[in-house]
Amino acid sequence: MTSRFKSFPGTSLSEEDFAQGEVLFVHDALKAEYARDTGVGIGAYLAGLRRGVILGSYCSHCRKTVVPPRVVCEWCFRPMSEYVPLRDTGVVNTFSLCYVTWDVQRISQPEIPAVIVLDGASTLSETSVVMGGILHKLSEVDPKAVRIGMRVRAVWKPPEERQGAITDILYFKPIEE
Amino acid sequence: MNERVAIVGVGWAGFRPKTPDLSYKEMIYQAAVRAYHDAKVDPRTDVDSFVTVAEDFHEGTSIADEYTPDQLGAVMKPMQTITGDGLHGLATAVMLVRTGLCRIVVVEGHSKASNILTLDSITAYAQDPVLNRPLRLNTHMVAGLEMNRYLHESGTDEEACAAVVVKNRRNALRNPLTSFGADLTLDEVLAGPPLAWPLGVHQTARPVDGAVVMVLANEQVARSLTDRPIWIAGIGWCNDTPSLESRSWATLPYLEQAAHMAYRQAGIRTPFEEIDFAEIDDTYAYKELQSIEALGLCGFGEAGALLKEGVFDLDGAFPVNASGGSLGAGHLLDATGLHRALEAVLQLRGEAGAHQLEDVQVALVQSWRGVPTTSGAVAVLTN
Ligand SMILES: [Zn+2]
Repeated sequence: MTSRFKSFPGTSLSEEDFAQGEVLFVHDALKAEYARDTGVGIGAYLAGLRRGVILGSYCSHCRKTVVPPRVVCEWCFRPMSEYVPLRDTGVVNTFSLCYVTWDVQRISQPEIPAVIVLDGASTLSETSVVMGGILHKLSEVDPKAVRIGMRVRAVWKPPEERQGAITDILYFKPIEE
Repeated sequence: MNERVAIVGVGWAGFRPKTPDLSYKEMIYQAAVRAYHDAKVDPRTDVDSFVTVAEDFHEGTSIADEYTPDQLGAVMKPMQTITGDGLHGLATAVMLVRTGLCRIVVVEGHSKASNILTLDSITAYAQDPVLNRPLRLNTHMVAGLEMNRYLHESGTDEEACAAVVVKNRRNALRNPLTSFGADLTLDEVLAGPPLAWPLGVHQTARPVDGAVVMVLANEQVARSLTDRPIWIAGIGWCNDTPSLESRSWATLPYLEQAAHMAYRQAGIRTPFEEIDFAEIDDTYAYKELQSIEALGLCGFGEAGALLKEGVFDLDGAFPVNASGGSLGAGHLLDATGLHRALEAVLQLRGEAGAHQLEDVQVALVQSWRGVPTTSGAVAVLTN
């Protein structure tokens, strides 16, 4: 508001006006439910997670190992058919400290999303493009101590609780060296 | 700006009520590999731009265009997603080529309808949120309203609508890319349960999964790639008002406009004489008759009688939906227009198999985005 205006133009509304039906509106909620066929590539990935293994796929044309595994190499469009088990350790490529939750609650102790380049996976030649990464969360770590380049390891759910889901890995935590 | 545009490659995958063995991405990939092989192009080096059609609510993913490049070979390439039917995607690709911006453009459409657990609720979300949705009516009611007024004004009877179902599902028996081939009688169709009277369940296409990919090229490139290019001689599209309160219920003026646009480009004045066959909307059986009239293939109220005479049969004077249509093959959601264009391409190439029509040179393809829309698109293809 500039100094030329002493007050906001228009008629102000209060919460009360909505509650008492002075302002008309229609409430609406979408009923949208989906069941996703995971298919060959991602299906194999999830089955691997249930066994406690992170699977990638290898392109013999690009000579690269990528995560998650897929049926086609997105860089050369040749079919990929060889699965490669990777170690559940890697290096933090980038991370953030997230002070708001999935459902928009403010939190004082941040969640720590991170992209982890898994040991044995590839980066695109002569670039820092991640080809074999996993987006997950970090925990058991002081947020202030997290660094790019930090080595981390997966913390898994107990085998009997795994469902073949990305959440079969609870989080990654720093490797003490 | 005067380049002719040809379809030089087609590919497809799925065309089944359920495809639990494949993710939607893998289904698109299968269709893409087939199309690129057919066109003899490498997507990584030869294709200049990619167009996909998708509706986010059908995908269950916001900004669904983010999830299409990798399975098409389009990573780090120009690409866009059109929220429309496959024919809108085809029109966009035609423009990309005709401006001279691109030499080769790929168009993709797909349906993973089996993964949408609440499809009727998603469709209801196309209703006006303030005026119509609070009434909580199933959106098929829009087809019931339209069919009733169409029959009332045109004098068409319910037997003619049932005859569309009999014809299309019989045609589907000859086409392996269909799921609902059947040899039914008129009485069997008419005796089916009602959906939104006068519309019956048997007169309504059922959704299927599938993917279609097409490769388009300018004339010079097309002639270097193939000796049987299929030319897009005309393409038009049009929308009427969205309002259910103030639209034409008996006729389809938006489709008349879309057809006029396509015919003008293709130089067609008497479509029934100049065109050999048509693949047109039959999401609901009455819609095929209403569309035949809007496309100018006969006068208002005449399609039902002509259909009963066999004019639109596989061996009739003007075959309509020789493929089996959406009633016979299933409805591919946003990919429906591309599905029907695919069937027309196979016919014009002489590759349609057991439902191949003899001596065909000019095809008419038409699509509708379904209830509650007034969105029509039309293409004229030639060999
Ligand atoms: Zn590769």
